[in-house]
Amino acid sequence: MSEIIKVGMADLKTCVSPNGVTTLGLGSCVGIAIRDPVTKIGGLAHIMLPDSKAIKNGGLSVPKFADTGIAELVLQMEKLGAKRSRMVAKIAGGATMFSFQGGSSAMGQVGQRNVEATKAKLKELKIPILAEDTGANYGRTVIFYPETGEFHIRAVGRSESVI
Amino acid sequence: MGNMTVEQVTENYYDVLKELGNIGAGNAMTALSQMLQCKVDMKVPQVRLLDFSAVGDMMGGEEQIMVGVFLGVEGDITGSMMFMVEEESAKHLIRKITMGMLPEGSEFEEMGLSAMKEVGNIITGAYLNSLSTLTNLKIFPTPPALTVDMAGAILSVPAIQFGIFGDKILLIQSQFYDEVELDGYFILIPDLESYAKILTALGLPVV
Repeated sequence: MSEIIKVGMADLKTCVSPNGVTTLGLGSCVGIAIRDPVTKIGGLAHIMLPDSKAIKNGGLSVPKFADTGIAELVLQMEKLGAKRSRMVAKIAGGATMFSFQGGSSAMGQVGQRNVEATKAKLKELKIPILAEDTGANYGRTVIFYPETGEFHIRAVGRSESVI
Repeated sequence: MGNMTVEQVTENYYDVLKELGNIGAGNAMTALSQMLQCKVDMKVPQVRLLDFSAVGDMMGGEEQIMVGVFLGVEGDITGSMMFMVEEESAKHLIRKITMGMLPEGSEFEEMGLSAMKEVGNIITGAYLNSLSTLTNLKIFPTPPALTVDMAGAILSVPAIQFGIFGDKILLIQSQFYDEVELDGYFILIPDLESYAKILTALGLPVV
């Protein structure tokens, strides 16, 4: 019987097929699903902020940031036997939940900055992004299956999509 | 104070924050009661300091559909504020305000959302007003934005603000009733420097 492992906000988890990983209600945060198609080892990180280096006194949470969270997820997958050179990624989230009239504050852009930081980190680690569903103004629940690499995305008032 | 985390602020000033929340929410309920022209009761608000992962659970799960009203705070203190209410409670409020023009079981419509935004505006305004009166600090809300979505997605916005200076989120839960129980949550997110200003203004020693 397969299990779906839950990943919280500012958290990350690995899993091995037939198990899957999920995170519920992604808003401006970004969910990064990575998979090694040969070993079918996968994982999901739920990051909140783009850059650990830009923050003083920001706590010790590694999964909270795009740069440290993705690096840690890759490391944990490698420990399970996944190969970096085979890894591929899919990403979702990074929405702008509230649109302020005439506002383009730094805060309003955090979703977009999270997406950019995620892409930069994956590029640095030479992990290609196969698909993405990012931006817009609504929350997303995602489920990732390392068996097939299917990334299911649910949102309020929309039909489920698979990327 | 500059080196304090939100955990330390909360630990040291828990009672003060709770009292501020209590007074703020009390004022907000008075405003709501005047708007609805009926009696609204509330429970003593709970002040909670939670891990990010635990926040969704306390609101009935990350996928619980909620209405969130979010606004910026400017003036002597800076930051943002959010008011969240569960979907059914929001519909109940809208029905009362629009005098039944949103039928039972129907979805939100533009007018309903606009009414809800106004409710959010008035009660967060009342909340901030009481904070301003208590501290004698100038506090101005910016025009609110509203969304209807999953609790987790809405909460990512204040959580990210808290994430900049810590690993926990501080929120004030206030339950209020008229004929039915409504669960509302206030999340005030001052910048860390603003915490110091609020506490100093209240005459508290800030370490």
